[in-house]
Amino acid sequence: MRLQSYWGAQGCAVLQPYDMEVGAGTFHPATTLRALGPRPWAAAYIQPSRRPTDGRYGENPNRMQHYYQYQVLIKPSPPDLQALYLGSLRAIGIDMDLHDIRFVEDDWESPTLGAWGLGWEVWCDGMEVSQFTYFQQVGGHDCRPVSGELTYGLERLAMYVLGIDHVMEMPFNDPDSPIPLSYGDIFRQTEQEYSRWNFDQADTAMLLKHFEDAEAECERILAAPETDAAGRRIVMAHPAYDQCIKASHLFNLLDARGVISVTERQAYIGRVRALAKKCADAFVTTEAGGAEVAA
Amino acid sequence: MPDLLIELFSEEIPARMQPRARADLQRLVTDGLVEAGLTYASAGAFSTPRRLVLAVEGLSAESPTIREERKGPKADAPEKAIEGFLRATGLSRDQLEVREDKKGAVLFATITRPGRPAPEIVAEVLEAVIRNFPWPKSMRWGAGSLRWVRPLHSILCLLTTEAGAEVVPLEIDGIRAGATTRGHRFMAPDEITVTGFDDYAAKLRAAKVMLDPAERADHIWNDATNRAFAQGLELVEDRGLLEEIAGLVEWPVVLMGAIGADFLTLPPEVLQTSMKEHQKFFSVKNPKTGRIEKFVTVANRETADEGATILAGNLKVLSARLSDARFFWDNDLRAVKAEGLEGMAAGLSNVTFHNKLGSQADRIARIEALAREIAPLVGADPDLAAQAARVAKADLRSEMVGEFPELQGTMGGYYARAQGLPDAVANACKAHYQPLGPSDDVPGDPVSVAVALADKLDTLTGFWSIDEKPTGSKDPFALRRAALGIIRTILVNGLSLGLSEVAFASRTVAIDQAIRAEGEFLKARLLSRREDSMNLMRLLEVLEENEDGIVRKWSKVIREFAASTAESIFPTPEMIERAVVSMANHRKAAELRSWQEVLPNLLSFFHERLKVHLRDAGIRHDVIDACLAMQGSDDLTLLVKRAEALSATLATEDGANLIQGFKRANNILTQAEEKDGVEYSFGADPKFAEGPEETALFTALDQAEAAIAPAMQAEDFPAAMAAMAALRAPIDAFFEAVQINSDNQILRRNRLNLLSRIRSTCLQVADLGRIEG
Repeated sequence: MRLQSYWGAQGCAVLQPYDMEVGAGTFHPATTLRALGPRPWAAAYIQPSRRPTDGRYGENPNRMQHYYQYQVLIKPSPPDLQALYLGSLRAIGIDMDLHDIRFVEDDWESPTLGAWGLGWEVWCDGMEVSQFTYFQQVGGHDCRPVSGELTYGLERLAMYVLGIDHVMEMPFNDPDSPIPLSYGDIFRQTEQEYSRWNFDQADTAMLLKHFEDAEAECERILAAPETDAAGRRIVMAHPAYDQCIKASHLFNLLDARGVISVTERQAYIGRVRALAKKCADAFVTTEAGGAEVAA
Repeated sequence: MPDLLIELFSEEIPARMQPRARADLQRLVTDGLVEAGLTYASAGAFSTPRRLVLAVEGLSAESPTIREERKGPKADAPEKAIEGFLRATGLSRDQLEVREDKKGAVLFATITRPGRPAPEIVAEVLEAVIRNFPWPKSMRWGAGSLRWVRPLHSILCLLTTEAGAEVVPLEIDGIRAGATTRGHRFMAPDEITVTGFDDYAAKLRAAKVMLDPAERADHIWNDATNRAFAQGLELVEDRGLLEEIAGLVEWPVVLMGAIGADFLTLPPEVLQTSMKEHQKFFSVKNPKTGRIEKFVTVANRETADEGATILAGNLKVLSARLSDARFFWDNDLRAVKAEGLEGMAAGLSNVTFHNKLGSQADRIARIEALAREIAPLVGADPDLAAQAARVAKADLRSEMVGEFPELQGTMGGYYARAQGLPDAVANACKAHYQPLGPSDDVPGDPVSVAVALADKLDTLTGFWSIDEKPTGSKDPFALRRAALGIIRTILVNGLSLGLSEVAFASRTVAIDQAIRAEGEFLKARLLSRREDSMNLMRLLEVLEENEDGIVRKWSKVIREFAASTAESIFPTPEMIERAVVSMANHRKAAELRSWQEVLPNLLSFFHERLKVHLRDAGIRHDVIDACLAMQGSDDLTLLVKRAEALSATLATEDGANLIQGFKRANNILTQAEEKDGVEYSFGADPKFAEGPEETALFTALDQAEAAIAPAMQAEDFPAAMAAMAALRAPIDAFFEAVQINSDNQILRRNRLNLLSRIRSTCLQVADLGRIEG
């Protein structure tokens, strides 16, 4: 909440999570698509993220297949973005005089999104608390201007601020409330269930079929004529991108099931990237993508 | 003379890029200044995570005025030529000078380029350097177009003389050079104005920035070793990590903490790798137990609680990381107990090694077969070597190696022990990858040696068979390293094995494997369509119509076989079986024939590697060539013994002169043999000896041969070479006193035969004719 009000006060539009399964806040169209084109943008939002291969049956103190990211994207990146970022850490109660904050090289690359940027992972006393990236390319398009992206791992940050060692022990509401709930009360069982399903039970034939369906639908949507029956020009970049997100998550599930070999892996990633690229190509022809739209 | 100070202040520069960036900044700026006519006394570059700094002392205040004289056309040359000359020199006609030359009056121009002040030059050079800086990766930021490694915030550029400091006028994409910088991001973030390098370094230190990376590294190293020592422990040295950490902090503060007791049972390599890779911690070892018990982390600041909060935070992260490592360790141990390492290795059939060389499992099968063949040659038990080969790469499927690829082999060793496999097998898991570099240890245990040689030979013969050799600086499959590894393993262990023989065995194994797979595939195809065809020939045609790649490949041989069977016989399974066997034999023979053409190239690749290796040991390439020319040069241990003996002999006066004597004898003999068309190898007879020198040579040769024969038998090359070197004086004396080409044909023939004895005696260790000089 404090991050919301901090970034709201810094002039970001505070958005809601995207209502689809994604691997990271970056997949939210408010980041992936909006980082494209010349129009300025500033948004912040929470995004629940799913990484099937990171499931640890709720046993690891800070690794889970489902967790929350907080995401900020500002275009063009302001010159004082590092200072703004440090301000956000102060806002959530990290005392800069006691902690060791470090910017450690971590170039970001998403082969599935055809995107890359340079930046750091931010360490607080050796713990990676955020990812800080200057986007250089998304969907194969050069970012002009460059967006600055900040991603916070919310559980880790909360554990840090609260001084909790295991994520499952973290209070989720006020511990003095009539019904105190911990993170574990809410998520331990789901972590176990999803870990089992992700690793052992998911129906790989079905996942594969869904992957192919999503891929086909994405391409079909983008191949549709730009002008609808009523003569309106409507490029369906966002619906197509939804299918791309779906394909990406299905690939992650297949990967967690261990049915994708090393060589196939590259091929699947290439297929998702091809979708992301087409969505990006479509988006830059839209108004939000900065294209000159005829009146 | 002014001093120049440049600071490029940016967001955090990756640690790994700083050393190169320092060198590049110094080189590019000083080269630029010198090219523009300035001189300087000395220069030094520094870096911290946020700044790249160059200090140049004793820079000239301006570039010199340059007068250049240029010869032009003749004074009476056509107008056009003179106009062209004026344009080229930028002068007018009356500024030209007329001088008398041999050919008459010629125009001369004197061009004066006035010197330029240093600030102007510095600004120009620095701008070019910044715009074209060779960062391995650079980026844009905001709405600008300038590229730097991370956003560039300010430029400090000062020329300082006794009179004071002057800011160099420079502006790049809105960043104007000034005289200010900032201190530590958290401990002293305010702006600082400086007047020169000493002032800058001192003020930075006051602002909690240690400018010199070497000083930071020393500080970290000394402080960390002292803290470990104080507790009776020792810091595990890691120069690369030290340099990296020095590039991550401006104000290093060393903190030491203990690893949770729960994790001390993890292998030390796991602790060390996990701590280094994830947390950039140094490991601290208990020298008594060899276990890693503590860690050292380096913070970038001082705090009021003396780092207590920072250390507590780091400990938390560490236990999360290590519990992840333990999760992998426990899972792997469970898997090993359930299915064994061989079971774990089974999954490698899904992992491609190279698309033309099959899967990792295919490769392991080849290494197994080859290790079994090599085992007796290196004193290893063949069954153990085969077992070691089967499990040595199994850990590639383990979760721990999935997380930390650099632990491949090491983990296999632990898991093999957990499974109760013999020590020789467990040791081979790690040792068979060795040596990993020119200074890494080579495997010594015979089982490890067998698997290591088999592994590397399979790689080399495999890539040679598909014509993927290293070219120039490109060696993506590290084939040079593999060849050198084989060479060193053979030499260090003093192994006696024929290189071409084992390379041939390696290729044979691979061919057998490929043909077996093809044969089985073919047999299945033939059997599946057996009932559709009246005879084998027809069956083939059916399969070929179906675009069957392997059938095509085998087609010629199949046809020959089919033609040999009766036209009308319905193909039976037995006939198909026999056909496949016969075809496999044909294919194998053909494959081996083509390998025979490739093998010499692979051997000479080995010889090249050997020369490079021995050159480092001080043995000349011509010495190696001389030894390579001998029979049995396939045995590298023997070859190197020869080379060392020869090399040592050449270093003596007798040895060096022996070569001259030998060459002289050889030349005379060769010329005579060419001229006469005969070979003088018939024993020379001492009874025709004239004079004491000739007799002495006969005696000396008798003695030398008597000494050399047993020495050669015992492969005691130094003794053989010593006996040869003893011939030097008698040979020299002989040439001094005796005329070979005597008019007396009997004497001449006898002397030539004597020279032949010199030649054959001296050629026993190496072909001395190939020695240069």
